[in-house]
Amino acid sequence: MDLLANLALGFSVALSPFTLFLAVVGCFLGTIIGALPGLGPSNGVAILIPLAFSLGLDATSSLVLMTSVYYGAMYGGRISSILLNIPGDEPALMTTLDGYPMAKAGRAGDALVLSGFASFFGALFATIGLMLLAPILSRIAYQFGPAEYFALYLLAFSTLGGIASSNQAKAALASCIGLGIAMIGLDNQTGMPRLTGGNLHLLDGIDFLVAIVGLFAVAEVFIFIESHGRGSSIGVKLDKVTLPVRELVRGIGTMIRCSVIGFIAGVLPGAGASLGSFLAYVAEKKWRGGESSGFGKGNPQGVIAPEAGNNSAAGGALVPMLTLGVPGSGTTAVLLALLMTLNITPGPTLFTDRPEVVWGLIASLLIANFVLLAMNVPLVKIFVKILTVPAWVLLPGVMMISFVGIFSLTGSYFDLLLMIVFGIIGWLFRKLNIPTVPIILGILLGKHMEDALRRAMILSDGDWTYLFSSGIAIGLWAFAVLGFVAPLFLRHLIKKPQAVSD
Amino acid sequence: MNSDRLFGVVVILGALAYAAGALQIQTSFMSDPVGSKTFPLVLAGVAVICGLIMIFRPEADPDWPGLATLGSLAISVIVMVGYAYAIKPLGFMLPTALCAAILSFQISPRAVPSALTGVGLSVGLFIVFKFALGLGLQPFPKGWF
Repeated sequence: MDLLANLALGFSVALSPFTLFLAVVGCFLGTIIGALPGLGPSNGVAILIPLAFSLGLDATSSLVLMTSVYYGAMYGGRISSILLNIPGDEPALMTTLDGYPMAKAGRAGDALVLSGFASFFGALFATIGLMLLAPILSRIAYQFGPAEYFALYLLAFSTLGGIASSNQAKAALASCIGLGIAMIGLDNQTGMPRLTGGNLHLLDGIDFLVAIVGLFAVAEVFIFIESHGRGSSIGVKLDKVTLPVRELVRGIGTMIRCSVIGFIAGVLPGAGASLGSFLAYVAEKKWRGGESSGFGKGNPQGVIAPEAGNNSAAGGALVPMLTLGVPGSGTTAVLLALLMTLNITPGPTLFTDRPEVVWGLIASLLIANFVLLAMNVPLVKIFVKILTVPAWVLLPGVMMISFVGIFSLTGSYFDLLLMIVFGIIGWLFRKLNIPTVPIILGILLGKHMEDALRRAMILSDGDWTYLFSSGIAIGLWAFAVLGFVAPLFLRHLIKKPQAVSD
Repeated sequence: MNSDRLFGVVVILGALAYAAGALQIQTSFMSDPVGSKTFPLVLAGVAVICGLIMIFRPEADPDWPGLATLGSLAISVIVMVGYAYAIKPLGFMLPTALCAAILSFQISPRAVPSALTGVGLSVGLFIVFKFALGLGLQPFPKGWF
């Protein structure tokens, strides 16, 4: 029983008092970050990475801390969705559709408890799925050569551009920008500088953390300045929290169905949690009888469905991230950045070379999940208090933490300026409806993608057909093309529900 | 419509500049079949296509903010740039208090709460960073105390 032995190893790491302490701290911070309006898992984790790094923790500890924050933020995101109708990030949008009407009808407590249990179920399902699927996938990943990896990276970009965005050209452009930025700096193969414009600061390339914090956190500050913090503190009061047993029992089927859907969506590279919560919501609505089901008007099942799907997708997204090094969502892209900062190379070798990292992480996720259930159901009132932090205190705080994080990481004013530039780009792109996640993915994967291509060409001595020389590679190419083109035709069939407005 | 078209033009010009930069890359005696120029050139090519699509099939314009809001965005950017240069020579406390207060004022223009936010964030974050996280921050300019 490999699995049990591995889990035993994982728990021996995760149950050490210090790791346990980090998991609890991470869950607590994560839930706060998720609950804060305007902060979601991606930007929350982004601003904490530089700080976690400068704490000097070892790889396993930092990874446990940050993934606890990630899971916590996925849980916490529902609090601001339900009470304020402000989703912390895109996947949480689906929770507002029924959560906010429920809260307006005086059932905020029920909505929070039900969604808390749904989150727990989704995350637990996904963690177990991760445990079973990741080792298998990592064994398959051993057969991946450079040609397969190149096709895989392409698949990640095309699903991100195809399924997860509304305009293919804009998503492809964002990917190109990210990949283009990754080219800046010394060439891995020849050792010559590329596209630096003679600037010495650019010889090392652009640090992806600078780009991530700029695009996610600083851009958010600009968005709030633009809106002058409007609509950030009008909310619904939470009176008492009870356990709606009957609806919880009725929701078990929903949780199982939506966790499965969410997990599959999460495992697809590039698709991620937004797709998971969206598909789970739409499918459950169909299952319950379409328009007559009361979905969108405060049906409790409409809160359970997207939360189970969302959290399950978040865990599923860790599968391609850990086994192949290809993140499945914006936040896992940020976690990949964390791994790279810690000098851990994700991929099949991670499971054999550093089993204590992988299994320690999985065991911590299992523990974190129970901690989060305890924090998010009985103690939810504490976190609701956090929603009253006004935007004019919160956002300057986010800004200062971003600055100090990047400053303590690199100590150079050039990187701070670069972060501001990325913030402006992030704001502009948000206005123009250009997704920013492909930029991050591009910066993270650019060098690897190019290296894979060049190594493939060295192996085949310049023969381009080598890229399509194996079954796996052809399959990945086919999925890449399909993933990019198919949504063009499906867009008329599946329409995204619009957010509820007052 | 026009925002997308304008941005499409900017993208194409940027991509052409990028391609021009890529052609200038020096190659060394060690070379591989792909070389260091191909991948950047392909990227520039794809970006040009995306720019053309944005020009010919633009989406509806976003709601651009008014002049006053653009002004406060500009002020925020200037303050942040100033902060980036000030944090090393002037220490953490003073620039942080000032910068946080100005940013807070841009979000909600009330002088007293903004000033309190600035001072509170400066002191609070310093305590957290210095004593809880153990970062080596300089509170004040060297030689003051």
